[in-house]
Amino acid sequence: MKILVPVKRVPDPATTIRVLADGSGIATDNVKWVINPFDEIAIEEALRIKEKQGAGEVILISIGQQTWQEQLRTGLAMGADRAILIRSETPLDTLAIARAIAKVATDEKPGIVMIGKQAIDDDSNQVGQMIAEMLGWPQATFASKVEIAGEKCTVVREADGGLETIAFPLPAVITTDLRLNEPRYASLPGIMKARKKPLAEIAVDSLGVDLAPKLKIKALNAPAKRQAGRKVASVDELVEVLHTEAKVI
Amino acid sequence: MGDVLVFAEHQGGHFPKTTLVAVNAGLEVARKRSGNCLAVIMGEGAENAAAEIAKFGVSKVIVLEDPRLEHHLADAAAQALASLIKSTGAETMLATATAMGKDLMPRLAARLNAPMASEIIAINDDGTFVRPMYAGNALATIELDGPVRVVTVRGTAFDAVKPTETAAPIEKVKAELDPASLKMEFVSFNEIKSDRPQLTEARIVVSGGRGLKSGENFKTVLEPLVDEMGAAMGASRAAVDAGFVPNDLQVGQTGKVVAPELYVAVGISGAIQHLAGMKDSKTIVAINKDEEAPIFSVADYGLVADLFKAVPEMVEAMKKIKH
Ligand SMILES: Cc1cc2nc3c(=O)[nH]c(=O)nc-3n(C[C@H](O)[C@H](O)[C@H](O)COP(=O)(O)OP(=O)(O)OC[C@H]3O[C@@H](n4cnc5c(N)ncnc54)[C@H](O)[C@@H]3O)c2cc1C
Ligand SMILES: Nc1ncnc2c1ncn2[C@@H]1O[C@H](COP(=O)(O)O)[C@@H](O)[C@H]1O
Repeated sequence: MKILVPVKRVPDPATTIRVLADGSGIATDNVKWVINPFDEIAIEEALRIKEKQGAGEVILISIGQQTWQEQLRTGLAMGADRAILIRSETPLDTLAIARAIAKVATDEKPGIVMIGKQAIDDDSNQVGQMIAEMLGWPQATFASKVEIAGEKCTVVREADGGLETIAFPLPAVITTDLRLNEPRYASLPGIMKARKKPLAEIAVDSLGVDLAPKLKIKALNAPAKRQAGRKVASVDELVEVLHTEAKVI
Repeated sequence: MGDVLVFAEHQGGHFPKTTLVAVNAGLEVARKRSGNCLAVIMGEGAENAAAEIAKFGVSKVIVLEDPRLEHHLADAAAQALASLIKSTGAETMLATATAMGKDLMPRLAARLNAPMASEIIAINDDGTFVRPMYAGNALATIELDGPVRVVTVRGTAFDAVKPTETAAPIEKVKAELDPASLKMEFVSFNEIKSDRPQLTEARIVVSGGRGLKSGENFKTVLEPLVDEMGAAMGASRAAVDAGFVPNDLQVGQTGKVVAPELYVAVGISGAIQHLAGMKDSKTIVAINKDEEAPIFSVADYGLVADLFKAVPEMVEAMKKIKH
């Protein structure tokens, strides 16, 4: 089975994010760029399915600039078979990203689009669900366990108040949550091999899908900073101030 | 007229606070767009729930009926809602960013070819919205173009709507579904039962982190404090990943967002991803043995101490206050 895994380049989660004074974006000097952590989980899951089935192909896809090759190469070094970079010099909104990925899925015909539940830069949590609707496929969001038997798939999902199990036929979109697996590191031989793996580039305009932005970011502002309070010397003092000063207990 | 349709999520006929928050936000959008705010409801127990939500200031409640909507499944729910939005001519579809809202709304947006803003925290007069990005390190002002738009609201950013004297009319609508295209099937729900208040509704939240060291310690050390304070229990990702507590207790960027009157962080370092889920709490307390821990930079009251000593002491001190 072919598995298509979207990969987004995002600031390392450990980076301190600073909004530019003119509100046009975030400061990118000193930012280390990585694969979106949820996409790493998606790559790992796709590789495990391929390994278990003993056959198949894991294809990475990004819609971004040339620099995004770095993250695609890292994904190839983890073990993915090939990558597609859809070149777009400007960032697109979630609908356009989903349309572009859905178009490639229509051409490539994967059994699964395995995708991160959320990009940790825009925190939208939208693209996977949108792709599923555009393709008319079932969706399993926030997956913490995936089981495949023939053409049928069963997923345990992280819902509010418990774990939900759903079942559906493939092809389908599965969005990954933190508990699904622990992604592997790229090995040294993996990194060597990745250099020779195919990485195709196509211009986003050549896909023939509607890319017109419908969601516009008018401004970006830094949030009000919370003031640090004070240290208390003992448990008794803590409980006392909570009772008499903050009046919360 | 800019009518708003609010997705009234319920659990077998009972409304969590998050739904009352959505109704309130829906009323605000409707006011600012000179439209009406309607509630739409579906699923098991919808009829009783409809009578309930009708008392919260909406102008109409629509019950979408079809046996295939009994359990929440995104493909069926998105189809049913999309037809309803078209037939009502609503401008804004709104839900709270719960697990269900996050699952359903983007699929619906795609079906409507409508843009979507996730987890908004403010509604501006000019029709734009404000939402956090980068784990809350940036606040974006968002404009959504087109005749229809979809938003989810952050549960902590708006108050719950108050009940009114009168009840809105209830209309039953047969859902428009194309059965051939529905492929998702509900298998089971493994509910985590708890007698404690819900994390997203509690006045006080006590959360534990990796510093607790084991699930056993959550039970024997932290839970007595949680219960003495009548609090809900939360956790850091590290504690959840280590299997100390169930995943739905995770507070943070990729878990639940809470803003109680009092948040007590025990053995939690205060990574940005954790702060994203609790830094809007009214009063924050941190108990940590490392005085350099970043959690202290947002805490109103910090106690540098070994939690295994401090927490049992706090249980005793709480008892004294009550008497
Ligand atoms: C994509 C992504 C998403 C994430 N999403 C979330 C999220 O939603 N929520 C979240 O919480 N995290 C999230 N994280 C993880 C986050 O970055 C941190 O790793 C995590 O919050 C750390 O949890 P912790 O504070 O319990 O553990 P640690 O950072 O290990 O801190 C443990 C603390 O306990 C203290 N301690 C230890 N022993 C004692 C003792 N005896 N007495 C007192 N104090 C003690 C230590 O001093 C330390 O400060 C995410 C990370 C990534 C990459
Ligand atoms: N530009 C992009 N290129 C490839 N994948 C993307 C892109 N943007 C978003 N995604 C994918 O969509 C997922 C959800 O992102 P979002 O809906 O933006 O939170 C991410 O985990 C990525 O896998």
